[in-house]
Amino acid sequence: MDREIVVPGQLLSENVEESGAGTYVKEGKVYSLLYGVANLKNKISVIPFAGKYIPSRKDFVIGIVFEITSSNWIFDIGSPYDGLLHVSEYPKRVDPSMMRDIFDIGDCAILRIKDVDATMKIELTLREKGLRKIKGGRLLEVPSSKVPRVIGHNGSMVSMLKKETGCEIFVGQNGRIWINGKDENMDKLSEAIDIIIRESHISGLTDRISHFLQVNEEDNKKCRNEEDEVDTEQKESWEKMTSVNEKDSERVEKINDTGRMVDQLLDTDEN
Amino acid sequence: MKTENSNYVSINGQKFEIKNIIGESIMANKPEKFIDENGLRLDGRAVDEIRPMTIEIGVLSRADGSCYLEWGKNKILAAVYGPRELHPRRMQKPDEAIVRYRYNMAAFSVEERARPGPSRRSIEISKVSRDAFAPVIMTKYYPSAVIDVFAEVLQADAGTRTAAINAASIALADAGIPMKGLISACAVGKVDGQLVLDLNKEEDNYGNADLPIAMTQDGEISLLQMDGNLTKEEFKRALEMAKEGCKKILEIQKEALKKKFASREEVVESLVEIAEEKPDDVQKEIELIKEELETEEFDDLEEDVEQDIEEGIDVIVIKTDESDIEISEDEFTEFNEDDDLETDELEESDTLEVGEKI
Repeated sequence: MDREIVVPGQLLSENVEESGAGTYVKEGKVYSLLYGVANLKNKISVIPFAGKYIPSRKDFVIGIVFEITSSNWIFDIGSPYDGLLHVSEYPKRVDPSMMRDIFDIGDCAILRIKDVDATMKIELTLREKGLRKIKGGRLLEVPSSKVPRVIGHNGSMVSMLKKETGCEIFVGQNGRIWINGKDENMDKLSEAIDIIIRESHISGLTDRISHFLQVNEEDNKKCRNEEDEVDTEQKESWEKMTSVNEKDSERVEKINDTGRMVDQLLDTDEN
Repeated sequence: MKTENSNYVSINGQKFEIKNIIGESIMANKPEKFIDENGLRLDGRAVDEIRPMTIEIGVLSRADGSCYLEWGKNKILAAVYGPRELHPRRMQKPDEAIVRYRYNMAAFSVEERARPGPSRRSIEISKVSRDAFAPVIMTKYYPSAVIDVFAEVLQADAGTRTAAINAASIALADAGIPMKGLISACAVGKVDGQLVLDLNKEEDNYGNADLPIAMTQDGEISLLQMDGNLTKEEFKRALEMAKEGCKKILEIQKEALKKKFASREEVVESLVEIAEEKPDDVQKEIELIKEELETEEFDDLEEDVEQDIEEGIDVIVIKTDESDIEISEDEFTEFNEDDDLETDELEESDTLEVGEKI
């Protein structure tokens, strides 16, 4: 068997060359550092069952602003270390006095980690495709060690969830998941994600979740068509909003005044 | 004070019996014999036998790692939180995490109600227990963070510090903290002039010596205390016995960890999937998902840029993304100072913008 549950300090190999992530070498032998599963492919690495999210370069994360300084937004990224988003990492030039208009305390964003230094100072960026402020939808939190299960093999789980619920999903490496769609669909989806986390160690997970969602769907089949319409409507308004968000903040305010945004805002408030 | 006649003190040549607060002689419950003619102890164990131990893992939902351990009549609840941010900041160590360990006896854990709050004894035990984990916890992985360990004694029956260490060791593993190995702890004592492993309440109270130790899997001793008197030879022998006891406990700990999941096969099956998600793969998958998102987003961006060209603002800032970042990175390594970086970058984008407008 090439996979096994290991405990810290368990001897894994006598070949130093095979030492991979989650292992250490002592006196020419490889031992496990973690409580998890040893993967004996190529090099031996140990995948932990649990553990806090430790940021690393190029990770996509979902952060929540909790402090604003004269040139940085400070994000809680669900790890022991805070993330800094410097104004220069925002896609637009921002006057320091306008920082609160772009991200206020409590606002969320999809971010990417630009750099992590030895003292664990985390630099974030928004200057990449797909990175943006989050408006509407819901934010779920799962243990970061379970993120691969939510994504599934080659993204199978996420695409299945997307297909079955018609919700938008973004899974951050830090275990935060943003979902957006109709309320009923989001309820269903968060329930499905709960099951994933609870039963992540039992095999055939994707199939079971798929089954779970389909059973639910049959109940709702009648109102399905209506839902679809509303979905597209919502999407449109959401898209408009994000595009506006990219432009200067004056316009955001204008659009915010229009009644179209009320639904979105209500959504946000609910969460 | 654990010598044979320590229940008497002599003041001015007169002997007084030590009594407890109710006035009973503290030796009132002292058994006549600790080891019977068959070599068995009061609770029926052999001299080198430990009390039965049961371990339950992950009992607290809000802790990052937890463990409930019963060892004889000892009941210990251990919880691990972290690595997490450490406040106040001045306590942070910039190059490694600190470990905080709190050993606490619940007021109801002993027959006579214990005064709640830290006592001289519990502060000392917390300190030595924390140090017992120093050789195994990889604190270097989490600079300036803190790992908090809480060990609560719910019911005490001698050897609570060793029981707490055994529980904390499991809780740390459960929390996913990188460790070079597990720590196991166990005590050896002397009763009726004979060395016995893992003292129980009576043996602890009326015995002649108590020697708790904690050790790593390699037999490296990370905690050793002694109460009472042992001869040099007895000490050596006691240490060997304690090491044997720790080895037995280590096996129990390992087994408990491996058994956490109801059926091993199920886990191994699911591991196939987990294990194949290497960090790189996960990244790629996320990027895949991103791309889907981007297709929606991208149109907006394009529009955005066009809009900007019309208005003649900010185009450069978007387009010079890459070079900007590179420059700033170079400067960052040179000066390694934020303020320099900030001003330089701001100036840079300013000049570029002006240039574009012209």
